[in-house]
Amino acid sequence: MFEEVRGNKIKSVILIIVFLILAMILGVTVGLIYDNVLVGGIFTLIAGLIYVMIVYNSGDQMILTMTGARPVTKKEFPYLFHTIEGLAIAANIPTPKAYVIDDSALNAFATGKDPQHASITVTTGLLKVMNRQELEGVVAHEMSHIKNYDVRFMMLAVVLVGLVTLLSDFILRSFLWGSHGQKRENRGGGNVQLLFIAIGLLFAILAPVIGYLIKMAISRKREFMADANAAILTRYPPGLASALQKISKDPDPLVDKANKATAHLFISTPFRNQNGFVTNMFATHPPIEERIKRLKEM
Amino acid sequence: MLWPLIIPIAVIVVLALFIWGLYNGLIRLKNNVENSWAQIDVQLKRRADLIPNLIETVKGYTKHEKSVLENVTKARTAFMNATSIEDKAKASNQLSDMLKTLFAVSENYPRLKANENFLQLQEELSGTESKIAYARQNYNDLVMMFNNKIEVFPNSIFAKQMNFTRKPLFEASEAERQNVKVQF
Repeated sequence: MFEEVRGNKIKSVILIIVFLILAMILGVTVGLIYDNVLVGGIFTLIAGLIYVMIVYNSGDQMILTMTGARPVTKKEFPYLFHTIEGLAIAANIPTPKAYVIDDSALNAFATGKDPQHASITVTTGLLKVMNRQELEGVVAHEMSHIKNYDVRFMMLAVVLVGLVTLLSDFILRSFLWGSHGQKRENRGGGNVQLLFIAIGLLFAILAPVIGYLIKMAISRKREFMADANAAILTRYPPGLASALQKISKDPDPLVDKANKATAHLFISTPFRNQNGFVTNMFATHPPIEERIKRLKEM
Repeated sequence: MLWPLIIPIAVIVVLALFIWGLYNGLIRLKNNVENSWAQIDVQLKRRADLIPNLIETVKGYTKHEKSVLENVTKARTAFMNATSIEDKAKASNQLSDMLKTLFAVSENYPRLKANENFLQLQEELSGTESKIAYARQNYNDLVMMFNNKIEVFPNSIFAKQMNFTRKPLFEASEAERQNVKVQF
């Protein structure tokens, strides 16, 4: 338990440092082209720091907005509220805020920077289909993510790695656009050539780093760990097992507003129906059958 | 020349450090236990507060179940009068059982089951009931840790001197032990 908390805190710091280094490399590259390396580096470092601070404090709000989650009142879903309150008591952490996504898919996720600022989101489909024990299992799984500080690391991973991916994409596009410019007008060829080299280098550096970050984020151990802790919280592993069974049989597991950045937040991967390369690369969760098997052995 | 002096001093220092650490650890645990008891207490009070409302609602619909309602009221009064943890645990278990009977009986009254107010109270009470169960689980875990810590050797020697005594567990009722996940 304590090791997981420490591990997640350390990983969060590593993630932030890596992000800042990437931002600076980007700034220096752009600076190189305009012959002002220092300004480029310092500017991106400051901008990166500000961005990290914003993400750290309100990344969970960004994620909630991205996934289309809305806060709910106790009056609307007393059942969900009681379950969250009860399991927060069992886990001995402050009660997380409750959110729902109006979607028939069966899914859930937790986010927040620490247990004091956390929230649990479930889809309305899940609320409709699950009985009390199953909902308790799902909420307990999310509660374990919160207690372990998995939520902090996953939140940072979603928003920071998401931005890096976006930025590389943007540079790639501007490079393609730039080469068109070169064909039209051969003026300033030196700069463009430099840009070409710099971007080639940048991608050589970025690709493995991003790969590593994604791998770190989607640690399968994290899911097994949360399942095991959920069983400890509810003292009733069959609840979560049967919830996972229902989720695996869900004909429409796709949460409309989930994207690849937010995928690893959910209790089960929101892209099950896609197959092939993309799914494998973003195989964010261990197979559900394996998770059910382990829960049944408890 | 100095050695004979250093050894007893070192022994005393080590012992003092050990006792210091033990004392602080026990105080922390004891406070955690007390806090987790307070959490149970809040939920127990909440449930007791809901019961008069429930009885008022049920009364209007059921004519032949006077004894059931009386039993619930009696159990509630017993709970309100209990002071020690053991007494409260016992009374609260009794109240749980009585409430279960009441909700089982209410199955026979379709009009009662359709009552909005009744449904709300039922959800509220079953939510509170499961919160009591979770709070009890948390409390018992902490009590177990505390009791273990004061009873293992060599802690047991010092804990006794420092007036730390066993804390009582909050036992589940007979009915609940047979069927852990009870639903109304």
